[in-house]
Amino acid sequence: MKPISDTLPKRNLLSSQIDLSKFNGTDFAPATDEERAQTDVMGRSTTFFRDGMRRLRKNPLAMISLVVLVIIVLSIFIFPAIVPYSYDQIISVNGVRDMGAKNLAPFHYSAMEQAYMAKGGKVFPHIFGTDEMCRDYFIRVIYGTRVSLAVGLFASLLVLIIGVLYGSISGYAGGKVDLIMMRIVDIIYSLPDLLMIILLSVVFNETLGGDRLQGTIFQNLGSNMLSMFIVFGLLYWVGMARLVRGQILTIKSNDYVLASKSIGTKSRKIIRKHILPNCASVIIITTALEIPSAIFTESYLSFLGLGVQAPMPSLGSLANAARDGLILYPFKMFWPALMIVLIVLAFNLLGDGLRDAFDPKLRK
Amino acid sequence: MDEPLLKVEDLKQYFKVKKMQLKAVDGVSFTIRPNETLGLVGESGCGKTTVGRSILRLYEPTGGHVYFKGEEVTDKSIKHLRKDMQMVFQDPYSSLNPRMTVEDIIGEPLDTHHLYKNKKERYEEILHLMSLVGLNAEHATRYAHEFSGGQRQRIGIARALATHPSFIICDEPVSALDVSIQAQVINMFEDLKTSLGISYLFIAHDLLVVQHISDRIAVMYLGKIVEIADTADLYDNPLHPYTRSLLSAIPIPDPEEAKKQERIILEGDVPSPLHMPSGCPFRTRCRYATEQCSAECPSLTDRGDGHLSACWNQ
Repeated sequence: MKPISDTLPKRNLLSSQIDLSKFNGTDFAPATDEERAQTDVMGRSTTFFRDGMRRLRKNPLAMISLVVLVIIVLSIFIFPAIVPYSYDQIISVNGVRDMGAKNLAPFHYSAMEQAYMAKGGKVFPHIFGTDEMCRDYFIRVIYGTRVSLAVGLFASLLVLIIGVLYGSISGYAGGKVDLIMMRIVDIIYSLPDLLMIILLSVVFNETLGGDRLQGTIFQNLGSNMLSMFIVFGLLYWVGMARLVRGQILTIKSNDYVLASKSIGTKSRKIIRKHILPNCASVIIITTALEIPSAIFTESYLSFLGLGVQAPMPSLGSLANAARDGLILYPFKMFWPALMIVLIVLAFNLLGDGLRDAFDPKLRK
Repeated sequence: MDEPLLKVEDLKQYFKVKKMQLKAVDGVSFTIRPNETLGLVGESGCGKTTVGRSILRLYEPTGGHVYFKGEEVTDKSIKHLRKDMQMVFQDPYSSLNPRMTVEDIIGEPLDTHHLYKNKKERYEEILHLMSLVGLNAEHATRYAHEFSGGQRQRIGIARALATHPSFIICDEPVSALDVSIQAQVINMFEDLKTSLGISYLFIAHDLLVVQHISDRIAVMYLGKIVEIADTADLYDNPLHPYTRSLLSAIPIPDPEEAKKQERIILEGDVPSPLHMPSGCPFRTRCRYATEQCSAECPSLTDRGDGHLSACWNQ
């Protein structure tokens, strides 16, 4: 092979360039495929989701919250099957209504129950005591938690669906459509929400109350629960819609959206395949943070007497009922309040953990 | 002369900016023949990218006509023409969806245009495309962020090739890559041109890259084409004063030679496209400017051998 130096121009005397005449062609032989493959070193293939989950597992607060939530969810399914009382059942001993089992402290028994137990009968303990209507308080708190969690989950699901649909259409369409849709959001945002909730609840209670729900799938829910869902659906999606729109506006400017357009992909598919997956983490985190806020709203609505219908308990209405005997029977306030705190705190901490794990901007 | 593949006539693209009109592209005309590469050069913000995107109807052009294989490109016809006209983007980092595997990125045009009968055929086609651009089969399940800039650009090129287009718009495909990778990618473009018979509109601002790859070159300044010529002709005999100053700015890798060269330094800045000078857009920075230049805009005229230039003084 001809030395490379022959093909090069003459070198300046003072130049510190390497003297190529000392090399021959074989020293500069191109790399073989094998050698080339060695330079293709890559890390283990991880997906965005796996990466985020790994970070989430390292966050002890988020993991404790997750465990607490799992325990709460399991208990609201298991305990109603174990405890022999029902949430609206007045305690009776041996078929006789027990008028003395009123406002019992935790693990105390009424005179009738003690007499029955002395005879050898078995009475399931009142773990949280009883309330002023002689009902077992433990099962009422469990049912209240169930109602509150259900409201929280369904409300944030509604917020998720409406908010994501509205926000993605507004953000993707842009221009005048975006302008009009966002002004509607601004109007809803500017309404005082507590006032709106109270007004809407009253209206829906009027129109849906009584027997009007009889025979429909909403029969078991009751008009108050239904009106609460409608209120959430009407008012609380605006935050989510704004957030999704903002996300989509930034993602839309990426070249891969333009590339997809130039390929000829339809708008609906572009939103579904390119835009939504890229703002999924934000949506999931916001939904996780929406759940405690919905539970909280439900609690204070029930506290104000606008929530679920008696005798169905919710954590808020239990706390409200406990106000009457607060000094004499503080435990009646303590248990529902504790459950609210646990649920809201756990969801908030989990949501924070999710955000830290999935938000790329916070990556170390 | 054979039938042009792409014919652009008086293409205009104006944008509204705060109630003013921004003439991003103002009356651009050119043709591209089959299996030809037209280089489009010009400084930042002169409308090169806008020309490419207007041709593909990613923007709605304000005026003018584009004909592809004799058929006018309209909102309606673009739907089936998209299969035949593709685009490679400048930034290999933002042009690939970070949530999709390479397989899905390259498969997207196949999905959109229903170019396969079953899953197996789709996968085989994707592997074929990947081998065409020098990617290994095991890369298929990886995500875009696991690749280097050059490899990402290859993925983008494979995506553009998926529908077997006869025309690809390359929007500064190498300017985000470092020099050694640029060479690889450019050579690949050339190989694909000979093996698949593709035509390119190659948008770039690196004159050496354009000289290497183009058959003909169009020079743009402030939304107008000021000169079009065959590559060799343009570099040997530039007619327009703007082209001359551009060519004199090419660095010469030999200090002895570079000393001999006269460097034409343009004075002032590019005028804002919102406040275009009257007449010839280049006259504010042109050393030959006369009164005629400010009165009337020169049109592209043939100076022999298909060498077109828009200047009153040459």
